[in-house]
Amino acid sequence: MEFRSPLGRARGPGSAKEGGIGQWKAERLAAIALVPLTLWFMASAVFMVGADLATFKEWAGAHGNPVLLILLTIALYHHAQMGLQVVIEDYVHHEGVVIISLVLVKLGAFFCAAYTIFSIVRLTF
Amino acid sequence: MASGNRPLSPHLQVYRPQITSMLSILHRMTGVGLVGGALIFTYWITSATYGPEAFDRAQSILGSWFGRLVLLGTIFAFYFHLANGIRHIAWDAGWGYEMPKLRASGVVVLVFSTSMTFLTFLAGYWAAGVI
Repeated sequence: MEFRSPLGRARGPGSAKEGGIGQWKAERLAAIALVPLTLWFMASAVFMVGADLATFKEWAGAHGNPVLLILLTIALYHHAQMGLQVVIEDYVHHEGVVIISLVLVKLGAFFCAAYTIFSIVRLTF
Repeated sequence: MASGNRPLSPHLQVYRPQITSMLSILHRMTGVGLVGGALIFTYWITSATYGPEAFDRAQSILGSWFGRLVLLGTIFAFYFHLANGIRHIAWDAGWGYEMPKLRASGVVVLVFSTSMTFLTFLAGYWAAGVI
């Protein structure tokens, strides 16, 4: 069922454009994943206050910790780049600046996530 | 934009501050701030791959008075954004739109984030053997 008028569709008002539902779901999925992951991280990281490298490596490599750290990294940067996208789209009004900012945010998030995951994997060897 | 005269969102400065609007903008501000928290997380994890000196340097930077101040803000932002994010998910499910519930859940979020920040710092000092 199409509720928009032909003129409304041609003009394309509304911030969601095409695929708004997918973005909405992805935002909530990453957010829900972050609830247990960040709480686990906070509870663990507190005990790393003042720790030396050996203690840190022992924790980072123990049991399922590397997997949880990698999942945390993915959910965190996924959520962060989507959140920054919303803020940029709301407050930046120059279309060229919006596009450049979004490209930088998304590539930056990919870089940080890849660098962190690579480090987590290296720590376990 | 196709047409220039459609209504805009209300601006922050126009209305009297209320718990609903203040927590809403605080959710955005803590979210943007927590991007800094994500970068601290990445710095902390990656520093461990560059050897003991690099990791000890990261630990001492985060443990300095300035590092602790930044972590205090980051940890408060984390607990606030977490609790208020769960409040948002509840709204998405259709719960909590009545004004008394809206205000009460806002107060719960503030009390939770303040007390959890305090408890986390207490646990950190305890883990470091200071108390």
